[in-house]
Amino acid sequence: MTTLTKEAGAPVPADADAFLSVRDLHVSFKTEDGIVKAVDGLSFDLERGRTLGIVGESGSGKSVTNLTILGLHDPKFTTVEGEILLDGQELTTARESDLEKVRGNKAAMIFQDPLTALSPYYTVGRQIAEPFMKHTGASKRAAWERAVEMLGKVGIPNPKERAKDYPHQFSGGMRQRAMIAMALVCDPDLLIADEPTTALDVTVQAQILDLLRDLQQEFGTAIVFITHDLGVIADMADDIMVMYAGGAVERGTMNEVLRSPQHPYTWGLLNSMPRLDSDLDEPLNPIPGTPPSLLTPPSGCRFHPRCTFQDRVGGTRCVTERPLLAPDRASACHLTAEQKRTIFIEEIKPRLG
Amino acid sequence: MLRFLFRRFLGAVVILFLLSIVTFLLFFGMPRDPALLMCGKTCNPASLANIHHVLGLDKSVPEQYGIFLHNLFFGSNQFAQGPCPAPCFGYSYHTNDQVWSTLLDRLPITVSLTLGGAVVFLIVGLGTGMIAAWKRGSLIDKMVTAASMVLSSMQIYFLGPLALAILVFQTHLFSKPAYTDFTSDPVAWFDGLLIPWVVLSTIFASQYTRMARSSMIEQLQEEHVRTARAKGMSRKYVFFRYAWRGSLIPIVTIFGIDLGSLLGGAIITEYTFGLPGLGHLAVDAVSFSDLPLLLGVMLFSATMILLFNIIVDACYAFIDPRVRLS
Amino acid sequence: MKEDLVLPAPREAAADSAGEPLLQVAGLTKHFPVKGGFPIRRTVGAVQAVDGIDLTVHVGESFGLVGESGCGKSTTGRLITRLMEPTAGTISYRGKDITHASRKQLAPIRSEIQMIFQDPYSSLNPRQTVGKIISGPMEINDIVPEGGREKRVRELLEIVGLNPEHYNRFPHEFSGGQRQRIGVARALALEPKLIVADEPVSALDVSIQAQVVNLLQKVQAELGIAFLFIAHDLAVVRHFSQRVAVMYLGKIIEVGDRESIYTRPRHPYTHALLSAVPEVNLSDETDGGRRERIRLAGDVPSPISPPSGCRFRTRCWKAQDKCAAEEPPLIQISGNHEGHLTACHFPEEPTIEGRDEDIVLDPALAALEEGIEGQ
Repeated sequence: MTTLTKEAGAPVPADADAFLSVRDLHVSFKTEDGIVKAVDGLSFDLERGRTLGIVGESGSGKSVTNLTILGLHDPKFTTVEGEILLDGQELTTARESDLEKVRGNKAAMIFQDPLTALSPYYTVGRQIAEPFMKHTGASKRAAWERAVEMLGKVGIPNPKERAKDYPHQFSGGMRQRAMIAMALVCDPDLLIADEPTTALDVTVQAQILDLLRDLQQEFGTAIVFITHDLGVIADMADDIMVMYAGGAVERGTMNEVLRSPQHPYTWGLLNSMPRLDSDLDEPLNPIPGTPPSLLTPPSGCRFHPRCTFQDRVGGTRCVTERPLLAPDRASACHLTAEQKRTIFIEEIKPRLG
Repeated sequence: MLRFLFRRFLGAVVILFLLSIVTFLLFFGMPRDPALLMCGKTCNPASLANIHHVLGLDKSVPEQYGIFLHNLFFGSNQFAQGPCPAPCFGYSYHTNDQVWSTLLDRLPITVSLTLGGAVVFLIVGLGTGMIAAWKRGSLIDKMVTAASMVLSSMQIYFLGPLALAILVFQTHLFSKPAYTDFTSDPVAWFDGLLIPWVVLSTIFASQYTRMARSSMIEQLQEEHVRTARAKGMSRKYVFFRYAWRGSLIPIVTIFGIDLGSLLGGAIITEYTFGLPGLGHLAVDAVSFSDLPLLLGVMLFSATMILLFNIIVDACYAFIDPRVRLS
Repeated sequence: MKEDLVLPAPREAAADSAGEPLLQVAGLTKHFPVKGGFPIRRTVGAVQAVDGIDLTVHVGESFGLVGESGCGKSTTGRLITRLMEPTAGTISYRGKDITHASRKQLAPIRSEIQMIFQDPYSSLNPRQTVGKIISGPMEINDIVPEGGREKRVRELLEIVGLNPEHYNRFPHEFSGGQRQRIGVARALALEPKLIVADEPVSALDVSIQAQVVNLLQKVQAELGIAFLFIAHDLAVVRHFSQRVAVMYLGKIIEVGDRESIYTRPRHPYTHALLSAVPEVNLSDETDGGRRERIRLAGDVPSPISPPSGCRFRTRCWKAQDKCAAEEPPLIQISGNHEGHLTACHFPEEPTIEGRDEDIVLDPALAALEEGIEGQ
């Protein structure tokens, strides 16, 4: 590993149009067992009003990346290198007091489990009003009215009364709505949604996804949507980035990535997922093996120990050389563009039924 | 919530009732005869029998218990020493004083000692604990943690005499511990209790430091604390509004237990500094086989512990709306 | 121990007796008491977790139980494996009533019904080796297979795709997916006839989930074991089960073969559920065979005081007075396939194709969408 100095390649300069621009981000944690390289050379851009879906399994670094954008990692145990530009402002080196002005104001976040993510000690209304007071300097009364208005907007019936309730008096779906109201209260330009529907039932999930999409249209918010569920991403995203073991392996528009995927890991994800219209009585095609430990990530291509297409590349390139991810539509794999196309059409697509 | 407290209150009464029975039975299970102690040098079977009769010890145990309960609620004029209004625990075998008034006499000493100490150890303990949590991983944190480890392994009977020897007898920096009534001379009250407070709170504070630190650190890792940071609230605000609230629960729990048991008599502290509080009284009652006094002290201590348990429950409801609204 | 457990020889016996009922459940009910009252606490109500359900699992069949949280599917699994005592109803296994059978009476059957749990982290004792965990059921039931327990455990490890050499390792040395394989091996130890699998793959990552689903399917087909497969993921249930029951608030509202349930559902709730599953559309043609879009309002009501009559009526777009007054029976509605039962007074058309107009019951969504269209 140490011999490969320029693994991720020289980062391209930040996209001028991009509202959020992440360049060659590296995040590592000190743990008792050693240093975990949670994110390892990640770059991406997001334009205003668009939705970037980040797909990956546990340990892919998708959540860490987004905590790092808002500086919510624990600085004592975390090392962050690289650049995060939000509307031209560099965030990795920003002071805590400057980050506070960004959080909840320019960029807000929604978390997975709304029960633990809302404080049990304060009313829902207060928790929504707080950031509004802080960022706009509104009076307590005005902020409360704003909170009630937001609750109504996200579909809480009788918002005036419900604002006085505590989170535990809300149902799961209502809590996530309250969470969305809290995130959007200052009309942020960027919303980071970290598996916002994973803890919810499927009928409630559908409501929340539609709600997020409709609110995005109204507010013009850019969304980073993190999930492990390809179905959800297909529903939500304009662009998709697939992450594996701390890095991006494929990116493109939603149609490009889901209809003509290029990376063996993306193929694996599509193949292993049962769908409502897939062929019956055919076994699923899982990805063999398990995700790697980030304490000692595999050399070369991170995916090579689980990849069944290594022999098509030939030689030892997959084991020794980390494939680069070019900007725009790209996949980090040593297969040639022609190989990727034919393998998908001839071998992967037929199995998708 | 009121219903809950009422139910807890009823439960406490039942426990006290059972406790009085157990105390009674244990007392009569003791191999010593209290009358023998009172009988003195000129003891003969006739005088012993007489004492038995006067004390009512010749009656059956259930009968004696019945009398005890009756006196407790309605008072009694049957005592040779004089009238005994409710709540009547009778007269001490040993001193012939009315038990209830003895308890009331000694109570201010224990309350002064305990509350004064509690104020100090709560402030010092929580303060240092929170500073350590705020500066987690720093030199200050490490020093606070190490110091609290050492101090919490100390004992009053070691630290007390040591403090007396150094601070009072050698350097004369402080006065010798003694109790003066607050209303008669507040300065002397404060002066006389200063050393006991310091020693008591040194030992307790270190436990509160550790608890406050670990409970704060745990709370700071809660997801809702992260959410509060994610919406732009300052570190200080999040620390004092979000994390602090949750960290109170374990602290209140332990504080309730500590305060209850200290108010029931801080035996070792009182003995170490020669303060005649309730703890002192309890030891006397046992060593003189003084049934009325023993019952009085036991039930009083138990009441304190149960009372503070209920107060702790009420505090939970105050702190956590999930308790209040369920 | 019979030799036929060595894979991959498929078991003939299973095919012969297929179709014969193995497990029959009638009127199964579980109410959890709710305490309250003043000044003396007493039972003031009940959480009606499971309220009178009937189902039959045939020999060698995989029966799926699907529904959202609070619908009672997990409680049903626990009742059937007798981890919980039912409030009412009967459970019979091979025609024998085991509803209230004592430990002793259950002993011969115990080994035939096994359970696989959701959480591969908490369902394995961390202080026991894998060998000990898997041989546990054999020890409890005092069974010594031919060649000894250790040989059998090694066999089982191989069947579930683990290295038999890992016999002496502890659970924490395995990943989540491997732990779930250990759970499967333990369930297979006594050659069960029925496995109740409660969300066996929902805690696993997608790529690992597929491995475990394949393993379960292999085990089911090759060993002829009947499955009661409980899950909230409709696609996984469809993939795994031949017949499927949909539960809502403690009741089965629709049951039938998977083809009928997934392509010709009649109950509005089944329609809503299916339309809510987010799906990757892989076909290149846009809007080809668009699925219907139904968005319910709010969450599932509390099972403490479920709605009268039809329990779904409070969220149903077709509800009328009759739905509140009368509980719809679970019956075969005209036009349904044999064995496709629906509990609804006003059933939907049997198709999941897009309708003329979306059904959006959520007021906030409807308002937002109107605003967007109006712009």
